[in-house]
Amino acid sequence: MKKTVSRRAFLKGGLAGTVAATTLLNSKSSEAAGSFEGYPEGMGVLVDLTRCVGCRSCEAACNLEQGLPEPAKPFDDYSVFDEIKHGEKRRTDETRYTVVNSYDVPGMEHPLFRKVQCNHCQEPACLTSCFVNAYTKTPEGAVIYNSKVCVGCRTCMVACPFYIPTFKYSSAFDPKIMKCIFCYDTRLKDGLPPACVEACPQEALTFGKRSDMIEAGRQRIKMNPDKYVDHIYGEHEVGGTAWMYLSSAPFDKVGFDTHVPKEPILNSVKDFLSIVPMVLTIWPGLFVGFHLLATRKDAAKKIEEEKKEVKS
Amino acid sequence: MKIFSKQRPEIPIADHVRPDGTAWSLKEKLFLGLTPGEYMQQFFRNPVNWLMIAVFAVGVPLLLQRYIYGLGAVTHGSNDYPWGLFLGFGLFGMVPLSASGFMLGTTVELFGRKDFKPIERLALLNGLLGYFFAVLFLEVDLGMPWRLPYPMFVSLGPAAVLFLVAWHVATYLSVQVAEVLPAFFEWIGWLKGKRAIRKYVLALTVAGIILSTLHQGALGALFTYAPSKLHPLWLSVNFQWIHFFCSSIFAGLSMVIVASTLINRFASWRCDDNFKNNLDYITIGLGKGCSYALITYLVIKIVAVAHDQEWAYLLTGWGSYFILEMVLAVIIPMFLFAIGCRNKQVGMIRFAALLAVLGIVWNRLNTALFCFNWQIYQEVPHWKEVWITFTIFALYFLTYRFIVYRLPIVYTWKGEK
Repeated sequence: MKKTVSRRAFLKGGLAGTVAATTLLNSKSSEAAGSFEGYPEGMGVLVDLTRCVGCRSCEAACNLEQGLPEPAKPFDDYSVFDEIKHGEKRRTDETRYTVVNSYDVPGMEHPLFRKVQCNHCQEPACLTSCFVNAYTKTPEGAVIYNSKVCVGCRTCMVACPFYIPTFKYSSAFDPKIMKCIFCYDTRLKDGLPPACVEACPQEALTFGKRSDMIEAGRQRIKMNPDKYVDHIYGEHEVGGTAWMYLSSAPFDKVGFDTHVPKEPILNSVKDFLSIVPMVLTIWPGLFVGFHLLATRKDAAKKIEEEKKEVKS
Repeated sequence: MKIFSKQRPEIPIADHVRPDGTAWSLKEKLFLGLTPGEYMQQFFRNPVNWLMIAVFAVGVPLLLQRYIYGLGAVTHGSNDYPWGLFLGFGLFGMVPLSASGFMLGTTVELFGRKDFKPIERLALLNGLLGYFFAVLFLEVDLGMPWRLPYPMFVSLGPAAVLFLVAWHVATYLSVQVAEVLPAFFEWIGWLKGKRAIRKYVLALTVAGIILSTLHQGALGALFTYAPSKLHPLWLSVNFQWIHFFCSSIFAGLSMVIVASTLINRFASWRCDDNFKNNLDYITIGLGKGCSYALITYLVIKIVAVAHDQEWAYLLTGWGSYFILEMVLAVIIPMFLFAIGCRNKQVGMIRFAALLAVLGIVWNRLNTALFCFNWQIYQEVPHWKEVWITFTIFALYFLTYRFIVYRLPIVYTWKGEK
């Protein structure tokens, strides 16, 4: 008999654990599920590749605003456009939150320039993959990061489809994620445009409400259908981004990944997240059941013995 | 040890008292009943220990370098490949190899297959150490290793897959400590503790199944965060978690076969007759389990290719690499296990287990490293990163051996139980 009691006690404990786990999970899934379309007042930037001349003023402005180290080559050195590492053009790292790269497009007289920085997704993969909640999407539209709670696991870097977050690998005692924060602390939260936008002499970068930027982009495509590819990159990519692009060349010819999903990265993780409460609730009963079945002969023997004892 | 154990009947220690009735002290138990001088003598006679010394002589300074100058000093510090060997091998590779604990726990305690009892403790220990060292690898890789408890207590992000991994690995590690403690309690002679744990064995076992299903799966699900980075043949958004879970079954069982083979061969003085005489029979049983798990795994891998319509990828170079992995790491071990079980050829099963262990590590490295970022360049780890990985693995080996030599893992304690 003793065993049955302990089994019952175990089941009770298991039930309590399951209830606790499901409540925990419910609170999380209500946050994760649904389709968040972004804050209505969120700001955005429209980058027009046809207007950019590759002057790198935005890079210089970012460097100054964010207090980043002085680069090896000055910002008016255009030989950086020829830099190739691992077969790839320049990318963001712990010393630069934005870079401009040059692309020679067949059939075009001039190269096209593309500015890279955090796109500030509506439903950011870095944020949803972070297990210490180090990322925040602010109502103003910026994706910001709190280095105080970061553990340095770098899952956000794996999850970001644009390869944006970078890690300060050079530090053992104060490493952190380094990425563009839309100049949130110094400008965006006061309603000001980020430093790079302000520095652009060509008006290649337009700052405004994200919804207005989509309108502006459509307008430009409509006015010059021969000039632009009929697509705003970032309107739907990975569920929409605050920074969006217009281009006169196909997007995959100017360094964009056109294979990224058209829905938030989180959606591909939901299959797994949804089995978690099921395993937590079904497994205990199922496997205790298996145990009872597998040991039924022993149990039957015990009952027989007990019956004999009662008789005698 | 082999030489000493032949000369003296009282060692290896398997009881609280000597044959003459005097008790062994804890120090003597630690030194395996040898004097410190004799212990050193046998330690330096073993060529494996010299290899370990060589690994540590370079590895320890490299580890210091990592903790003083940062990860960038010992790895390429890549922003494109945030996860390297420490996680690719240490976490994603070690965790499936450690599924043995919950597999044998389930077999013996839950399904009541007492015939597998002689290997249960080895499987539990293999699981515990694998997880413990996966966490150690994580501590090498994390940017801020001192913040390990943050996801638990300081700042919670419960919607993230890694949150599940962290919680489940932490709780499962405690479950496994509880499962291995009885062996320790026998060895130090504290039977109260053993009896206390005995009551909760079924609860611990079921907890082990739940936690293992979820975190083995969660390790796979981590890669669903990178649907545009990982090669489609190695990523199935819908089935990734079950691929990882299913492959951990044969990985864990194969690892026990490999470990028990090595122990039986190189530390036979420590094994008792109960272990030695049953090992072949048990190996065949485990091999049978492996071949079932492998055929299931093969089928669900093919289902994933069909489900995502990825047949065309099979004709590319990446496709050939994928087929190579399937043949060497899945199909060949699967047949070797099946033939070995059918003809009772234990040697063949052991070879198949070795293939399966290497195969699963290869699969995890492919997923985390080689087939990641397949559209850009391939990362080759820095030699220092490789060496540190070997160093931590050597530490794992030494700890494993230290415990097997002492605690009643592959032998039955003769004193009170």
